[in-house]
Amino acid sequence: MSVRLFSPPITSERLLADRRQFVLRAGGSALALAAGLTPRSAFAKDLTVGFIYVGPKDDYGYNQAHAEGAAALKGMAGIKLIEEEKVPETLDVQKTMESMIELDGATLLFPTSFGYFDPHVVKVAQKYKDIQFRHCGGLWEEGKHPKNAGSYFGYIGMCQYLNGIAAAHVSKSKKLGFVAAKPIPQVLMNINSFELGAKSVDPNIVTQVIFTGDWSMPVKEAEATNSLVDSGVDVVTCHVDGPKVVVETAERRGIYVCGYHANQAKLAPKGYLTGAEWNWATVYKMFAEKALKGEPPPNFVRGGLAENFVKMSPFGPAVPDSARKQVEAVKAEMMKGGYAVIRGPLKDNKGNTIASADQSYQESAIELEKMNYLVEGVIGALA
Amino acid sequence: MTSVSLARELTATARAAEGPRDRFYWLRKRLESALIPLVALLAAAAAFSLFLLCLGKSPADFFSLIWRGAFGSAFSLQNTLQRASPLLLTALCVALPAQLGLVVIGGEGAVVLGGLAAAAIAPLISALPPICVQIVMAIAGCAIGALWIGLIGLMRARRSLNETIVSLLMAYIAIAIFNHIVEGPLRDPASLNKPSTRDINEINMLGHLPGTDVHPGLLIGILACIFFYVLIYRTSFGFACRVTGGNLRAAQLQGLPVAWLVVIACALGGACAGLAGMIEVAAVHGKANASLAAGYGYAGILIAFLARQNPLGILPMALLLGGITAAGGIVQRRMGLPDATVLVLQGMIFIAILASETLYGRIAWFQPRKSA
Repeated sequence: MSVRLFSPPITSERLLADRRQFVLRAGGSALALAAGLTPRSAFAKDLTVGFIYVGPKDDYGYNQAHAEGAAALKGMAGIKLIEEEKVPETLDVQKTMESMIELDGATLLFPTSFGYFDPHVVKVAQKYKDIQFRHCGGLWEEGKHPKNAGSYFGYIGMCQYLNGIAAAHVSKSKKLGFVAAKPIPQVLMNINSFELGAKSVDPNIVTQVIFTGDWSMPVKEAEATNSLVDSGVDVVTCHVDGPKVVVETAERRGIYVCGYHANQAKLAPKGYLTGAEWNWATVYKMFAEKALKGEPPPNFVRGGLAENFVKMSPFGPAVPDSARKQVEAVKAEMMKGGYAVIRGPLKDNKGNTIASADQSYQESAIELEKMNYLVEGVIGALA
Repeated sequence: MTSVSLARELTATARAAEGPRDRFYWLRKRLESALIPLVALLAAAAAFSLFLLCLGKSPADFFSLIWRGAFGSAFSLQNTLQRASPLLLTALCVALPAQLGLVVIGGEGAVVLGGLAAAAIAPLISALPPICVQIVMAIAGCAIGALWIGLIGLMRARRSLNETIVSLLMAYIAIAIFNHIVEGPLRDPASLNKPSTRDINEINMLGHLPGTDVHPGLLIGILACIFFYVLIYRTSFGFACRVTGGNLRAAQLQGLPVAWLVVIACALGGACAGLAGMIEVAAVHGKANASLAAGYGYAGILIAFLARQNPLGILPMALLLGGITAAGGIVQRRMGLPDATVLVLQGMIFIAILASETLYGRIAWFQPRKSA
């Protein structure tokens, strides 16, 4: 633990600010008293909520999805929102969290990038035990990690399955493409879901996957999309931090595209079919409301379509009625809960059995978090 | 740049030797190298203020926020020092080869490989006491960094390949090798969604400097800058390097082992960058993963040029850039400006300082005089 040699002047400044607010509020409440009203909430200090993004807030992707969720808090009474973008997953993020706490008085923090958690969020949470940290991705474990930290995540694979259905309806070449960052479980889940969704429409359809190797590699993402188009792919989707390049390249090449993370319809007015989007507003509002009421926010939350953690982009003009109907029907089925995308009999693309006829894994199944295969019909290999 | 300053130094010495002694020349010379960058900084600040005014934001607010976020409190100052520390070492990776007139910009490669070597070796020797583990990690980081950048020096010396291009391309190769190893042979199977090497273990971590929140990388960086200042300006090796940078033909005619000097200077710079990577692993991450390629190697280029390739000059410049980045967050939050604003300021400072190079030796008052 670090020991401060001298008390930072900022503390006294904050105290002063508080005193000033107190005087103002005391004055205000005196007036209110005079009017026979004592609004309790007027005494409560504003809740400062800090959001930290690894990339720009307007990346049409991962970070924009979070920033849109954060924006939903702007209108809430008693909430002060502070945001910082392009914070790398190094000591920088620890310093940003501490700065939000020390200089801005934040008490609820959402460091949104996956790589922020270990060691950065864990370390800062250990240091500031009164501050609540909630991290996107699902890494928090009871007993192992600090109690004032936690995780939230959404089952977006379901939406990629629906993307796959829409894609299969418009594809003529019966060859779909997927631009992926890294062969890690969360990405594999999306690739497999997309292919399985498409297969549910046409069993012969295939998905060609290209891994770019990193989360944000615009040049490689463009190259990957172009080479997919050149190899006969006519619908493409992706899992990278910013799908902008993939979507724009697809539109320029005149093929269809399904979005990911946020709504990219604006970037491809002709070819955008639909998209798998996060709906973080649900999660952030829930956490903020609990914090405002003084309740401890839950440590671990997850949800899918039914919980409104994820959503689909509105259909683009190219999606035929048959596709809309099927997507809506499957979506309604998913909303009931218990829908399993990975269900037997199922083989991986090397011929190994993943699930026998009587096996199925619902979205919340723990086995899916260790996914290390590509299903039959996906063309591509893991490292 | 080096050649100009060296030549100037030599002529000044010669002139001073022949004429009556200019007693205060040394003082004015130091003033020159302090005042010119200061004026450049002020010019950059003025230009940036105009930029802010165009955006309808108050420059006064901006600079007071920068002050508060970078130096205004114990927390802010530690934040600044923390951000400056990796840059001290990566700037040396540029400044040392620069003494020979080389522009090496691939320090990032040495950073990631140094970090990887340190993270790879730690689990193998985990039975040793922590201090030994740390020393071995540091040696491994330095060695691989020295090898990587030294190889670039060798290609320059033996095959006359352009070191700037080669070092940049080699940095891409280094990062690719790094990713391959972290995601393949050395991957900790438990690191599912963020491929990483095995943890080096909490007891082997570097901790903090006593009484602060800053890791020992800061101290190591400062010591390295002082050490290399002495090496370059106070030893015959350093003199040989500067002569080579000043005039290659002259150095060759003098019989200086130019090829060796190139390789050694590059290797020393690479060792610094490799050490920076090791410190990132041992003080921050506890393992090697993609977060190591955070651009410290590239930020070091900026610092080295701002410091005019002088190892001691690296100290204030790293502090300045560290401070600006440390304050960048609060500027975003309080003024609602995008992160790129701080990059604009950095760019303006960079241009102003580089442009101010031309002022050296042109202002008569700073120059040697016949009589005091």
